[in-house]
Amino acid sequence: MDSLLQFLFSGLTVGAVYALVALGFTIIYNASDVVNFAQGEFVMLGGMITVFAHEAGIPLPLAALLAVVLTAAIGVALNKLAIEPARGAPVVSIIIITIGASIFIRGASQLIFDKQLHRLPSFSGDAPIRIGGATILPQSLWVIGGALIVFVALWLFFTRTLTGKAVLATANNRLAAQLVGINTRAIMTLSFALSAAIGALAGVLATPITLVSYDVGVALALKGFAAAMLGGMGNPKGALVGGLLLGLFEALTAGYLSSQYKEAVAFIVILAVLFAMPQGLFGAKSTERV
Amino acid sequence: MLTSKWVQLAVLAVLIAALPLLFPSGYYYRIGALIFVNALAVTGLVILVGWAGQISLGHAGFAGIGAYACALAPEHLGLHPVVAIVLGMVISAGLAALIGKPILRLKGYYLGVATLGFGILVTMVLTNERIWTGGPDGMSVAKLGLRELLRDMGVRVSGGVFWYWACGIVLLIGAWLALNLYNSATGRALRALHGSEVAASTIGIDVPRLKLQAFVISAVYASVAGSLLALQNGFITPDVAGFMHSIEIVTMAVLGGVGSVVGAILGAVILTLLPQVLTVFAEYEQLVLGAVMILVMIFLPRGLLPSIAARLKRKP
Repeated sequence: MDSLLQFLFSGLTVGAVYALVALGFTIIYNASDVVNFAQGEFVMLGGMITVFAHEAGIPLPLAALLAVVLTAAIGVALNKLAIEPARGAPVVSIIIITIGASIFIRGASQLIFDKQLHRLPSFSGDAPIRIGGATILPQSLWVIGGALIVFVALWLFFTRTLTGKAVLATANNRLAAQLVGINTRAIMTLSFALSAAIGALAGVLATPITLVSYDVGVALALKGFAAAMLGGMGNPKGALVGGLLLGLFEALTAGYLSSQYKEAVAFIVILAVLFAMPQGLFGAKSTERV
Repeated sequence: MLTSKWVQLAVLAVLIAALPLLFPSGYYYRIGALIFVNALAVTGLVILVGWAGQISLGHAGFAGIGAYACALAPEHLGLHPVVAIVLGMVISAGLAALIGKPILRLKGYYLGVATLGFGILVTMVLTNERIWTGGPDGMSVAKLGLRELLRDMGVRVSGGVFWYWACGIVLLIGAWLALNLYNSATGRALRALHGSEVAASTIGIDVPRLKLQAFVISAVYASVAGSLLALQNGFITPDVAGFMHSIEIVTMAVLGGVGSVVGAILGAVILTLLPQVLTVFAEYEQLVLGAVMILVMIFLPRGLLPSIAARLKRKP
């Protein structure tokens, strides 16, 4: 029982990171129908910029803020320079563009930063907290709490603010949104900034536990993409649930079956879910218009 | 279209035959062989992505199966490498048929993540089953034996030259088969379902069956490419099945022009040569590769060959 609780804690921690990446995917997908495979690089940038800013003597909270802002700016640049000019290109071309962007960002980080593994000090110490026979690191609570806060904030943003509703309108029908006077290009820019900032935040929160190097982005992008798909692409609730579930599957597999195959089980579960529910857990049914 | 097919094949054959005249050293034969291997896998993707309009982000998984069939079967089953290539083809085709049936119902990004999952599962098995595959360090591959056969017949060729011609011939056969398919009833049906699956099914095309056929055929192409790669290198690691390799071959196909075999081969030429040229600036390799991928997709969204062809047509 204790070990089960322990696995659940570690699963939730990892799952919260996946959920944040998946939320980033969701926001951009909703605004532009683009799956941004460079999403994992935002997480990497968040971690790397914080580490280097912190080493340069900037206090940790300020360094983290700097990382989030800079990454958001990079997200906007990605939209303006690579996504917007290719508007209307087929899915395969968009996939190649965003993967090209992720390779580009990785190549640039390798030059600007370095190829070493880096870590950040934990925000509230390293003394594990005992809960019912299992332990959890304070940093894990930061990660899980961060994911929940981001989710609630996004939910408030999308349902309570005019800008948020404009994003939803754009996601629903771009042309109709334009007709009622929504600046859909600005919405797209906003989505990339928001998505990159969330990715960077995930990087800042997770780096004390998972460490960061220039090449952590690919794996995170794949997991986040899978989590978003599991939940149903374009659905923030699906992204949160999909991310947490994926983390839990991995932790339970690693704990009870085989740590080597923990990622395999995650993908097998996703394949199984997609077979049964081709639109993911929370995805809306869609039919092809003739 | 009949002449066009033979023209394309003739141009390809002449290029393969004539290129060695320009090679200053044996090293270029190896690059040539590598280009042909990549082009073969990419030709398979032209059928799946270009004609049938389906996405695969996990085709390197089939290349991995072909490669490890050639590495494992001769060692453990005592099979001749040529038989091992066929075994890899059969396993790839079988697996493709098995997983293709459920996942080809998915569309767009969902199909992307399903195929990606398949590729990752293959990589993971190859990486983790150390006893069989040597794990991430890879394993050596037995020799094909044909070169030794040629030597006994009195023909002496170096490894690079042998593989250049062997891969070139296999690529020609692969391109010939693909072009035949393009002009067949099946090929037309595939292109019809790419246009609209609903419209295709209303005129009596068995859409799921055709998609599955395209998936299986392209898997076999990837498998043979993987086998040839393993045999000519004499060594193989799980990277051959990895996500980045899957992306590489999709990018080659789209870069050159995913609708045509010749375009796809052009894409393979460029993306295989690029890292060779960039070895001088190893530091900037990823930077340049990423930028090339983005720029081509923005400025030549239909790929190099169709865009160039369209430009030529516009000018009288």
